[in-house]
Amino acid sequence: MKKIINEPGNVVPEMVDGLVRAYPQYLRQIPETMAVIRSNEDSMAGKVGIVSGGGSGHEPSHAGFVGPGMLSGAVCGQVFTSPTPDQIYEAIKAADHGKGVFLVFKNYSGDAMNFDMAKDLADVDDIEVKSIVVDDDIAVEDSLYTQGKRGVAGTVFMHKILGAAADQGASLDELEELAQAVLPNIKTIGIALHAATVPEVGKPGFELADDEIEYGVGIHSEPGYKREKIKASKDMAEELVGQLDKSLGLDSSKKYAVMVNGMGATPLMEQYIFSHDLLDLLNAKEISPAFMKVGNYMTSIDMAGLSLTIFELKEDKWLDYLNYKVDTIGW
Amino acid sequence: MALTVDNLTEWINAFAQKVTDKKDYLSELDTPIGDGDHGNNMARGVKAVQESLDAKAPADLTAAFKQIAMALISKVGGASGPLYGTAFLEMAKKSKDSTEIADLFAAADAGIKKRGGAQAGDKTMVDVWEPLAAKLASGSLTQAEIDEAVNSTEEMIAKKGRASYLGERSSGHLDPGAMSSGYLFTALIETEGIL
Repeated sequence: MKKIINEPGNVVPEMVDGLVRAYPQYLRQIPETMAVIRSNEDSMAGKVGIVSGGGSGHEPSHAGFVGPGMLSGAVCGQVFTSPTPDQIYEAIKAADHGKGVFLVFKNYSGDAMNFDMAKDLADVDDIEVKSIVVDDDIAVEDSLYTQGKRGVAGTVFMHKILGAAADQGASLDELEELAQAVLPNIKTIGIALHAATVPEVGKPGFELADDEIEYGVGIHSEPGYKREKIKASKDMAEELVGQLDKSLGLDSSKKYAVMVNGMGATPLMEQYIFSHDLLDLLNAKEISPAFMKVGNYMTSIDMAGLSLTIFELKEDKWLDYLNYKVDTIGW
Repeated sequence: MALTVDNLTEWINAFAQKVTDKKDYLSELDTPIGDGDHGNNMARGVKAVQESLDAKAPADLTAAFKQIAMALISKVGGASGPLYGTAFLEMAKKSKDSTEIADLFAAADAGIKKRGGAQAGDKTMVDVWEPLAAKLASGSLTQAEIDEAVNSTEEMIAKKGRASYLGERSSGHLDPGAMSSGYLFTALIETEGIL
């Protein structure tokens, strides 16, 4: 294992400390926690707070999306491990400005239990909390650490939509309704060239031969649905678009937002090449995305590969939310 | 016989001692069917509970249960942290209107099931909490009954938690969460003045 770290056990506190000290204009750390909250207090006044989080190793998720127009706070768990309820609860308290707090987390059993428990703690203190569990990965029905589909890069679209709506004054109930309406329209599928190495483990989560790729891998090295010899970018794009097409029924009369997300060790150059092939495929179906992002948004430490998210914009308002101005490190 | 802050503290300290003594054994149980850290996680949690109770003597039972819950929640992690934390948090809530041990355990058992979604027979701590909470409601609990409940998980096929990914291969192993829960009940019956 070759990494720029000190002690493997100190990865998370040192990362959070570096992040908040480098970007004090965006974030401050909640004392005694691995949770961060927006520095710009005024931007949260009178609005519902949006809090997300999960295991670390997915940077810039989730702390990188804290800022006006997006998240109010984020909780950083140990690497690939859910944060504990007391830490989530501290973020809820800091994000509450009298209108309640909306939680966004991914569908893993650890996150579900810990975020639900934080909700109970907030309940005791009369802070109103609602939540959405994102499960956008269509690769496999059930996987390690989850019962049901996994939550992956599509979560970032959820952050963006809810953050914009909250900033424009949506109530907690309205945010819940919006989140539930949006969720079934966000679908993601990934591909891995090389697995991630968790610092405290010291070796990759799974082995792929030099000339092998795996389709449908999760963001914690969970197995995918098939393994093949490496192919050209356009063939990978065809496989991923084909899977998403089966799930969403891609149609030139509909509007879509698209995210090509790097997993951590895949250069932007390759992500743009993949985007070129992806857009050729979509254009052949007479689809040109109404909104597109390419870059590292929901990484998996140093995994090589990428994921493709397609989000059907059933309502024009959703596109406005995606285009709504934000001020964060990562968007 | 009644639960007080004093004998609750004594009970929890006895539980902490058992978990600490059996730390390696609990992690060993967790190795074939989990990720091998149950003993370490629980030992860290009970140490935090003891430190919390030492640092600040709780004013009443509700405060004591809440302190225990928060220490476990913040230090254990994984699934065991929220599950044990929920058990004690539910006891904290229940203790506002009843300090009957049977009522407290019934609330805790319901809370664990709600949090984890497990039922009896799924090879989890519920296989200890549900039958033993029922024994407490009937007025007595013996070590033999605790052993029976813990041992019942050995042949079960896991349906919840990480062990469930092993399917039938999970059979033939005691559930580590059931074992650590067994220690909590043993500590309870060994503490004088509660039952």
